[in-house]
Amino acid sequence: MAAAAPRPGGGRRTVFWNDPRVRAIFAQTVVLLLVIAGVAYLVNNTIANRERLGVASGFDFLRQVAGFDISQTLIDYDRTFSYGRAFVVGLINTFYVAVVGIVLATVIGFLMGVARLSSNWLVAKVADAYVEIVRNIPLLLQLIVWYFVVLAGLPAPRESIALGEGAFLNIRGLFLPKPVFGEGTAIFLAAVGLAVIAVIVLGRWARRRFEATGQPFPVFWTALAILLAVPALGYLLAGMPISFEYPKLGKFRISGGLVMLPEFMAMVAGLSIYTGAFIAEIVRAGILAIPKGQWEAAQALGLSRGQTLRLIIIPQALRVIIPPQTSQYLNLTKNSSLGVAIAYPDFFNVAGTINNQTGQAVEVIAITMAVYLSLSLTISAFMNWYNARMALVER
Amino acid sequence: MRLSTVFAAASVMALAAGGQALAGPTFDAVREKGFVQCGVNGSGLPGFASVDDKGEWSGLDIDLCKAVAAAVFGDASKVKYTPLTAKERFTALQSGEIDMLSRNTTWTLTRDTALGLDFVGVNYYDGQGFMVPKSLGVKSALELDGASVCVQTGTTTELNLADFFRANNMSYEPVVFETNDELIGAFQAGRCDVFTTDQSGLYSSRTKFENPDDFVVLPEVISKEPLGPVVRHGDNEWGDVVRWSLYAMIEAEEYGVTSENVDELKANSTNPTVRRLLGVEGEFGKALGLPADWAYQIIKQIGNYGESFERNLGENTPLKIKRGLNDLWTRGGLQYAMPFR
Repeated sequence: MAAAAPRPGGGRRTVFWNDPRVRAIFAQTVVLLLVIAGVAYLVNNTIANRERLGVASGFDFLRQVAGFDISQTLIDYDRTFSYGRAFVVGLINTFYVAVVGIVLATVIGFLMGVARLSSNWLVAKVADAYVEIVRNIPLLLQLIVWYFVVLAGLPAPRESIALGEGAFLNIRGLFLPKPVFGEGTAIFLAAVGLAVIAVIVLGRWARRRFEATGQPFPVFWTALAILLAVPALGYLLAGMPISFEYPKLGKFRISGGLVMLPEFMAMVAGLSIYTGAFIAEIVRAGILAIPKGQWEAAQALGLSRGQTLRLIIIPQALRVIIPPQTSQYLNLTKNSSLGVAIAYPDFFNVAGTINNQTGQAVEVIAITMAVYLSLSLTISAFMNWYNARMALVER
Repeated sequence: MRLSTVFAAASVMALAAGGQALAGPTFDAVREKGFVQCGVNGSGLPGFASVDDKGEWSGLDIDLCKAVAAAVFGDASKVKYTPLTAKERFTALQSGEIDMLSRNTTWTLTRDTALGLDFVGVNYYDGQGFMVPKSLGVKSALELDGASVCVQTGTTTELNLADFFRANNMSYEPVVFETNDELIGAFQAGRCDVFTTDQSGLYSSRTKFENPDDFVVLPEVISKEPLGPVVRHGDNEWGDVVRWSLYAMIEAEEYGVTSENVDELKANSTNPTVRRLLGVEGEFGKALGLPADWAYQIIKQIGNYGESFERNLGENTPLKIKRGLNDLWTRGGLQYAMPFR
C-alpha cells in the first residue's frame, strides 16, 4: 500500500481512509455487496413463495411429453415428443424466418437506399414514400395487415392458383414440389462441391492474373458455366438420383410437397419490408458519407456510374453501413417474436404454449431470454467479424 | 400482449420479493383495499365476459365476480376487472395481480396442483366441440382427417385436439392464435377448415361472425371442460368466500329465491333452508367472515344462478344455449350446491 510506504521527499503520510484508492475499493465493495444481497433476496423470496404456493420448479419438465402440435416443423416433431424438442422446433422456426427476413430486408434496403439517391425524380420519390410510410407504422400493425392481406388475397384450396407444374398457391400456403434424394445423391453432391471449389480456385487465379498482367478474365460467365455443367454431368452420371414429390389436392388441403405457410409469408413480408426501410436509410447515409471527391475522381478515371458505385463507393460506404446494419439485423430477429400475434409458431409462441401447459413461468421466461440473448450475440459476433474484414486495412 | 406475459412473469419475481406481505390471506387485503380484483376474459366472449360501449362488463363469469363483491362489501359494483388472455391468466393469479380468476377456465389436475392454484367450483359444465363452415359438407368430427384447425394457445383445447386426432388416427394442421379475435378473423377468412374450443365458446364466438348462419357446430363433444373460478393455493379463507358465493346462487335457484322475491322471502319465509341462506337464522356469514346478509346481497343484486344463466346465455340472448348439463341436479343437470348447514 502506498500509504504504508514512506513517501520519497518526506511528504505527509495520508491516513488510510483518506487514500482515494482505498476509498474507491471500499465504495465498490459496498455496492457489490448490496447488489449481491438484492439478487439473493429476490431469488430466495421467489423460491420461498413458489414453494409456499406449491408451484413445481426445476427443468425436469423439458423431458415430459409435450402433447401439442406445431404447424411448421423443420425437424421431426409431433405431440409425442418432449417439451425440450418443442423448444428446439420453435427456435428453428425463429431462425428460419430471421434468416430469410434478413436476406430480403438487405436486398430491399440496398435497392431502396440507392433509389432514394437516384437522379430520377419518380424513383427517388417512390423510395422516399416507402421509407417514410413503412418506418412510421408500428410493426405489429403491419404484420396483422399483411396476414389478413395474404389471407384475403389468396383463394380457397379448391380454387388454387397453379404456378407451373406441381406448384400451387392458396390460402393454406405456397406448395412446391419437394425433392426426394435417392441413391447416388452423394455423387451429385460431390460434383456440386467440386464445382464450387473449381470456381473459388478460378476466382483466385483470375485475380492474380489481373493484378500481374492487367488483363481481365470473364470470371462470371466461366464460373456460371462450371456451376451448371459439372453438377449436371454428375447428376447424369449418378443416374438422376433426385426425384420430386408433387403436392396433391386432397379433401381439405394439398398434401405432400414443400409448403410455405401463409403465417410464414406474412412474417417474411412484414419483417423484411419494415426493416428494409431502416436499412434503406442506413445505406443512403453510408453512401452520402463518401466525399464527393471520390465520385469525381472515379469519373475522371472514366468509370461508369455503376462501376463507381460497385468499385469505389459501396466498399467504402460498407464501413459506415455495417455497424448500424448489425442493429437492424438484431432488431429483425427479436421482432420475429411478434409472430405470436399471427399464429406463426416461432420460439416465443411455442414458449408461451409451454409456459401455459406446464405453469413454469420463471423457467420458461429464463430459457426464452437466454435463447434470444444467444441468438443476438451470435448475429452480433458474425457481423463484428464481417466488419473487421471490411474495415480499412492500414498499410 | 407478449409484453404483458413478460411483465406478469417479472411481477412473479417482483411480488415474490415483497412476499412476506403477500403471504397474508387475500381476504384481508381485499377488505382493506375495498374492491375485488377479478381476472376475466380479455378478448371478449359474449355471454361469459364482454364489455359494452359504456365500459360495463357483463356475462356469467362477470356475475360471479360481482357476487363475491356483493358478499364481501354488500355492493356488487366493487369489482375491478383485469382482462387476460388464456396465456396470461395463471401467471396473473400466481403473482397476486388479481384476487380471483373467473375466466372460463377448465379445472384440471395440473392446474389444481403444480400451478399452485385452487379451483373452488364449477360455474359452467362445458365440453370441447368443433365448428365448420356449412359449405364444407362435414357431418361428423371423424371426417376431419387432414383438416387445418384454428385453436387458441394456452388452453386445454390445444391438448384435447392433439389427443382426439391421435386417438382417431387422423392428421391435422394446427394454426395457433394468441387471442380469440384474431382467430375469428382468420377462421372467417378461410385460413382453417375447423374452429375448435369449448362449445359455449363456439356459440359465443359465432355471435360475432359476419354470417353466423354459414357455420355449424358438429355434434361431437370430445372432452370434459368444467369451467370455474380459481384462487391461489393455500388461500383457504378467500377460497371459501368465492366457493360459497357461487353455491349461494345455485342454492337460491334450487329453493326458488330470485332477485324479485328475495325481500319478501326474507321477511316472510318459513322454510328453514331459505331462512338460513338469507341470514335470518344461523351464523353462516360469521363462519365465512362475511356480513350475515351476504347471500341476500348476492341474490338481491345479481340474482340466482338460473337468472344469471338466462340473462347471459339463455333463450333470449343471441347465444340461445340450453341449460343441459348446467341445469340443477333436481332437473337432471349437474349444478349442485353443498348444503347450507
